[in-house]
Amino acid sequence: MTVLNRRTLIKIGGAAAALPLVGGRAFAQEKLKVGFVLIGTPDDNGWNFGHDTGRKYMLDQIGADKVETTVVTNVAEGPDSERVFRELAQQGHKLIYATSFGYGDYVHKVAKQFPDVKFEWATGNSTAPNVSLYNAKFHEGRAVLGTIAGMMTKTNTLAYIGSFPIPEVRMGINAFAIAARKVNPEVKVKVVYVDSWFDPAKEADAARALIDQGVDVITQHTDGPAALQVAEERGIVGGFGQGADMSAFAPKAHLTAIIDNWGPHYVKSVQSVLDGTWVEGSVWDGIASGEVEIGKYNEKIPADVVAAAEKVKNDIAAGTLHPFAGPIKDNAGAERVAAGDVIDDGEFWAVDWYAEGVEA
Amino acid sequence: MQFQLEKRPAPSRTMRIVTPFAAVALTMVLGAIVFTLLGYDGLAAVREIFFTPLTNSYKWQDLAVKATPLVIIAVGLSVSYRANVWNIGAEGQYIVGAIAGTGVGLLTHTMTGPWIFPLMLLAGIAGGAAYAAIPAFLRTQFKVNEILTTLMLTYVSVQLLNYLVFGPWKSPTSMGQPQTVLFSADQSQPYIIPGTIVQVGTPIAIVVALLVWFVMSRSVFGFQVRAVGASPAAARYGGFSANRTVWLALLVSGGLAGLAGILEATGPFGRLVPQFPTNYGFTAIIVAFLGRLHPLGVLIAGTALAITFVGGEVAQTTIQLPFAAVGIFQAMMLFLLLAGDIFVRYRFKRSVPEATRAAA
Repeated sequence: MTVLNRRTLIKIGGAAAALPLVGGRAFAQEKLKVGFVLIGTPDDNGWNFGHDTGRKYMLDQIGADKVETTVVTNVAEGPDSERVFRELAQQGHKLIYATSFGYGDYVHKVAKQFPDVKFEWATGNSTAPNVSLYNAKFHEGRAVLGTIAGMMTKTNTLAYIGSFPIPEVRMGINAFAIAARKVNPEVKVKVVYVDSWFDPAKEADAARALIDQGVDVITQHTDGPAALQVAEERGIVGGFGQGADMSAFAPKAHLTAIIDNWGPHYVKSVQSVLDGTWVEGSVWDGIASGEVEIGKYNEKIPADVVAAAEKVKNDIAAGTLHPFAGPIKDNAGAERVAAGDVIDDGEFWAVDWYAEGVEA
Repeated sequence: MQFQLEKRPAPSRTMRIVTPFAAVALTMVLGAIVFTLLGYDGLAAVREIFFTPLTNSYKWQDLAVKATPLVIIAVGLSVSYRANVWNIGAEGQYIVGAIAGTGVGLLTHTMTGPWIFPLMLLAGIAGGAAYAAIPAFLRTQFKVNEILTTLMLTYVSVQLLNYLVFGPWKSPTSMGQPQTVLFSADQSQPYIIPGTIVQVGTPIAIVVALLVWFVMSRSVFGFQVRAVGASPAAARYGGFSANRTVWLALLVSGGLAGLAGILEATGPFGRLVPQFPTNYGFTAIIVAFLGRLHPLGVLIAGTALAITFVGGEVAQTTIQLPFAAVGIFQAMMLFLLLAGDIFVRYRFKRSVPEATRAAA
């Protein structure tokens, strides 16, 4: 018989602790388990919705017989996420998508403990042998929106509701303002930050305050349609969907949308894990490869505006137009990019200024 | 027929201890029923949330990490609430404690030595206490309600944090992202159990709870706090200053919240980021009450709350229970506890309405 002393108890405990590992490994050979860690919920109709749509597309393409997915929502960017990543890895997930910048420190910590699990960090900035990056050039879409906004505005006052003053958001604002002023040099862009990626009440308040200041086209770099709903209600020229088509929330005000199309990337990267060809890397695609799409144009947009927007889109895709082609002045009047020069992908992340016409 | 609540002459001691456990048990029962009705596997939900974190030894380290700040803050709050001083803003003191300690960390970032980490902890305690001194001053000098001031100051502290990490404290190597530099080895919590993520904060939390228990039950200070809280008039008659008690209660609870803050910053977070506030200060209020405002009770209650957090993530990944379920379970726990307390302190009495009595 087994005598229950400390040593056997430790043995039993150890065996029990190892059980989930065994189960996970055995299971993973049949189907690839893929984890998605989201900062919000897919029903935000924006950022998280975009990633979830991509996940479903990937499931359809690769087939539920080969891959199964687990989605964890509302994971705070902090030590809580470390626990979630470890939990997913322990349960046998071999590929884990961390879909927000603030997960980075924890992705890297857990990745070291699970060298056979692949991690992909959206919008991140450092890789490891089992950590890759993927991101999309949303600012290319911003140039299209800026073109539409600059041509449609009657008050020459545009607004941009931002989340946090980080380079990615700043460069979205700059791309928008530069494109708008190219078609309408009178335009100014008012910027308001709401200190959150998803706070419908604050976004709506900001939208109201901006409209009261004469803004008639509003765009936002947050995850939901709140600002658009206010635009619809106040009957201004309009706004844009961010991350997904949001026309259902504002049929009249929704001019068009930047749609995040993560699906093809997810298919590619899941397939590479299935094939055993996954490697450390960094993907940063835009309009050309279809990661960033422009939605349907509202029928109230005049044909010449649609044509101009399409031209910007096609020229960016063809590589003949760069959203940050010089000369670019900042809003204090100093020249930042000389004529004939562009802000390249490396310089992008260091930008801490706003383009001419931006009021922030 | 009408019922009246009648105060019991003396609440039963046994029942006071039994109620929290009964509240947790009843939460499980009701939770299982509610989530079954919602179309989930209710029993599995209860199992994953309440038992998996305990039975899976991999989860113990997570429990320790999650319970540590909750226990430290709640022990401080229990002192404050015993004195009838309603410090609702532990979250703010937690943030300012982290800021103060990080300030020392940034000044000493290029230095080495074992004195740095303890100095940062002291700065954290001082920062939290100093932040709680503001409501103490307002309350004792101007009779300003501390519920209001402590709560409002929380929002101020978040703005202060954002200002620092987006501005002067931003790491030069963060590619524009709002975060301070990573703490050096001498500035970080040492790990105490090899191969786990358990750091020195966990034993500190246990020591704090034991120390406060000893002080509250054995010292004049403890007696003073309890006396002023139970009966201010009697305490004044006994020569205890109510103002002094307010100061002590807020300094102790603020200082401990500050300690929790700098421990969290130098441990699980590793640096200050805008996402640093994670509502530990507010969750600790539930912990303090669930623990019966007793330091040892708080130890158990802190672990119980940590179980629901960790288990909530397990339930999300294994049975796709929505994130909000955790909040529902926690809220149900507090509600049932407070409801149970009514029956501990009062009893139902059938009463005859005035009108009928007059007619008789």
